[in-house]
Amino acid sequence: MSFHPNEVARRARVALLLIGGALAILVIAFFRTQIIRNQEWALRSEENRLREVPLPAPRGNIVDRTGRILAENVVGYTVSILPQSLDSLRGTLQRVAGLVPLSRGEIDAAVRRYRRSPVRPTVILPDATFEEISVLEEHRIDLPNLIIQSSPKRYYPAGSAVAAFIGSIGEVSDSELTTPAFDGYKPGQLVGKQGLERQYESTLRGREGSRFVEVDARGRVVREVGAREDLQPQQGTPLYTNIDLDLQEYVAQLFGDSLTGGAVALEPRTGGVLALYSAPSWDPNRFVGGVSVAYYDSLLHDPRAPLYNKATQGTYPPGSTWKLATAVIGLSDSLVSMDSHMPQPCTGRFYYGNRYWACWDASGHGDLTLSEAIEKSCDVYFYQLGLRIGLTRLIAGGLQLGMGQSTGIDLPEDNRPRFPDRLKYFDEKYGPNGWTPGATVMNMSIGQGENAQTVLGMAKFYTALAEDGMEATPEIRTMAPQRSRIFSLSPDQLANVRSALMGVVRAGGTAASAQIKGVMLAGKTGTAQSGVRKNGVELNHAWFAGFAPADDPKIVVVVMLEFGGHGPRAARIASSIIGHYLKTTPTALLETGG
Amino acid sequence: MRTSGRIRLDWPLVATAVVLSLYGIAVVYSAGQTDVPTAVAHVYRQQILWFGLGLCAAYLVSRASVRLLEWATVPAYVGTIAVLVLLLFIGKGSGTAASSKSWLVLGGVRLGQPSELAKITVVMMLAKVLAGYRQAPRALVELWKPALIVGIPWALVMLQPDLGTGIVFVGIFFLMLFWAGVSWELLVLLASPVISLVLAFSTSLWGAWFLLLLALVIWYKPYLWESVFVVGANVVSGVVAPLLWSHLGAYRQSRLRVFLDPNTDPLRSGYHVIQSQVAIGSGGWFGKGFTMGTQKRLAFLPEQHTDFIFSVVGEELGFIGVTVALALFAFLFYRVVRVAARASDSYSSLVAFGLLGLWFTHVVENVGMTLNLTPVTGIPLPFFSYGGSFMFACWLAVGLLARISSEGRGGGEGQIAL
Repeated sequence: MSFHPNEVARRARVALLLIGGALAILVIAFFRTQIIRNQEWALRSEENRLREVPLPAPRGNIVDRTGRILAENVVGYTVSILPQSLDSLRGTLQRVAGLVPLSRGEIDAAVRRYRRSPVRPTVILPDATFEEISVLEEHRIDLPNLIIQSSPKRYYPAGSAVAAFIGSIGEVSDSELTTPAFDGYKPGQLVGKQGLERQYESTLRGREGSRFVEVDARGRVVREVGAREDLQPQQGTPLYTNIDLDLQEYVAQLFGDSLTGGAVALEPRTGGVLALYSAPSWDPNRFVGGVSVAYYDSLLHDPRAPLYNKATQGTYPPGSTWKLATAVIGLSDSLVSMDSHMPQPCTGRFYYGNRYWACWDASGHGDLTLSEAIEKSCDVYFYQLGLRIGLTRLIAGGLQLGMGQSTGIDLPEDNRPRFPDRLKYFDEKYGPNGWTPGATVMNMSIGQGENAQTVLGMAKFYTALAEDGMEATPEIRTMAPQRSRIFSLSPDQLANVRSALMGVVRAGGTAASAQIKGVMLAGKTGTAQSGVRKNGVELNHAWFAGFAPADDPKIVVVVMLEFGGHGPRAARIASSIIGHYLKTTPTALLETGG
Repeated sequence: MRTSGRIRLDWPLVATAVVLSLYGIAVVYSAGQTDVPTAVAHVYRQQILWFGLGLCAAYLVSRASVRLLEWATVPAYVGTIAVLVLLLFIGKGSGTAASSKSWLVLGGVRLGQPSELAKITVVMMLAKVLAGYRQAPRALVELWKPALIVGIPWALVMLQPDLGTGIVFVGIFFLMLFWAGVSWELLVLLASPVISLVLAFSTSLWGAWFLLLLALVIWYKPYLWESVFVVGANVVSGVVAPLLWSHLGAYRQSRLRVFLDPNTDPLRSGYHVIQSQVAIGSGGWFGKGFTMGTQKRLAFLPEQHTDFIFSVVGEELGFIGVTVALALFAFLFYRVVRVAARASDSYSSLVAFGLLGLWFTHVVENVGMTLNLTPVTGIPLPFFSYGGSFMFACWLAVGLLARISSEGRGGGEGQIAL
């Protein structure tokens, strides 16, 4: 063994070099980690310990034309978990379920929310009761990763009365998140699902705030870290509407629990929607915080289909209310005047194409002018008028009156009516030999056949009748009216049309029972064949479309009762609505039958 | 040269060790300061106790002459082997290494980890054997005796299993051979099969290594059959490695894979290393302040009082704290090299350098591991990591070094200007 001092000194130098080199490498490595890459690691350290807890923004209020609240926010509570992993989430859910009732569905929903967005706190009770909160607060120590916070909860004071247009809110869905319209949304946030809530989502939603909590490695909340001022939630913009809540609630009350159908009240000059109702209705408050499966199923399986909006989505043959369209087309094309008679007087039926076509009144109306035919709603007169106009011109005229378009209302539920867009439509549907123009034009001229309109669409058409051919687009939000002329008649003709419509609601007219004391009401009944039979008898939709006062229209009302029998029934409801709005009493109060 | 009474104390050496121990105890105290308190909150008291015991032991050892120690070397080594064999039957696990059998437990009392003391007796035994060589070995076959002396305890430790201590034995072995004058070429040839084993996972890397090795063999000209043996062993290693890999337990496989890239398993095996890097990296120049490290406080940093204690230094005291600690170690090592170089005889010199090898391996492996420069093996940092046996063993080593230093040549007396 060589331990000569020179040898030892050489080895000692090598050893010191080796040691110094190794330690220098370590120091360089620490310099690189701590100084050069400091920001990166510091950020990861912050991400480790801080969890962002979103503070939901209160949605903007929705108010009616008088300032009454349609939708607001009340104090609610949400309970969420800051899970480390799916296993820890399940573990906490198990413990929570031992303290407060937690359904299978709620647990599954929480797991789904976690999978969608593991970094955000997983909401387990979106709308917890005060009792639930008290129990959970008591067991805070055992549930260290629980976050309980008060958060604004949507509330609709008028409940089911306003469901048809207010819509509902719910958690943003996976499919919604993939669309550009929901850019910037995060899983678990609440969004408008229907109605105004959806239509005006972007202004109503406000801006979500956030606060931070410090957590330890096991996800236990160790302390609150104060929220920054700029991270406070901001309430959404309020939405001012044309709705008259008083009238809306009155309409809801008129329909009650038994009637099915839709009703719309518009301001003819502006198109402002005063009331829009679909019966039966549903309670939008029960959709807040997640609709229960039981309630949703009951709505879904109700044969009267409450979730289907009968004012804006349902299309129904308009029946005789459409005869005004036929009349306007004939008058515009100068094929007829208000005093014109048809070749054949009404004998209760009309012979055409090898068969008899019945008038609704089998006893016949005799020889009528157009004015009288409107008052009496004589089918035989309109069969002949339709044949005189011809199918091509009837379709073209109908399209010009907007019968083929959706109404343009500011609601997502705005269905297009069914109306042929061209003659070929019939060839395509029935084959070139499957139909005859004559029979088709006769059917269409009385509002049957290939013609199904929404209640709202008919109301829009009647704004033009009330306003000398100027139609107004229905608008729920208060904004600049959009009007356009859809027909031009001479003042003479207009006066005659109006007086014919007033005749409907006078003694001898089809809706004589719908008169209102002191108010000149103008309107048209309709009894539309639905094609649905029950016990061998065809069920009819009852319609009434009208406006008042006739000389200076303030309100257009269309009422449709699904399978509701005859027009006069709808007329009495409509006249009650008008009477309520104009603060007068109908002469004959609503009664059953007729 | 005095053999009794007051010794000429190597103050710089002892003072550095004291400062390192106090620094360590402070960090152990800080490691216990977590937001959700655990048992770690009070371990610094035990650490102080063991520090005290270690000081006493060091004092006693420094009273004993090196000759007495040399005389006691063989019995101590035999006794160590006996205890290590015994451990395989009655050893107990602890903490994160619950399945390992490294703890000696008698009557329910945890006495300590004998493998910490074994490191010192192995150093002494190896020194005795190497000191007996007249000339530095030039052939591999001449190394059979030192290899056996390290190999037996190494095998026993690996059976516990305790990979960390195994690595320390290897480090001690190579560094002491170096100090004994074994040429670097022979050391490379000796290590070559293991290097082949590691490099075999990349065919091109292994190929390059193999060519280098061939060049070395031709240049160094060992005995023919030794050349054949070394080359053959390397080829076998290269072939065997993939087979060996598939025989490794899933736990070891993931440890190795995570060393190559911690992000392959960020939530389990890679978690420790990633969180350690986050802690150190977020420390910056001056750290988050003593006891204020969030990674540690909020329990993101695992084993913060034992294996990853240096991460606490990095997080709370920053780059400055790290540099101070490493500088203290550097000075300690310098003083130990000085002791070894000035030792009065080759046995003392080899013991001193062996103890340096022990500490150096520990420091490089432990500190490197916190930044993922070395694989995570769970060996403690001298004077820092909480653990009685190792603190005690380190101070025993300080005592030995103080004695050797006092018996060695004084400053300026020798030809060596260290």
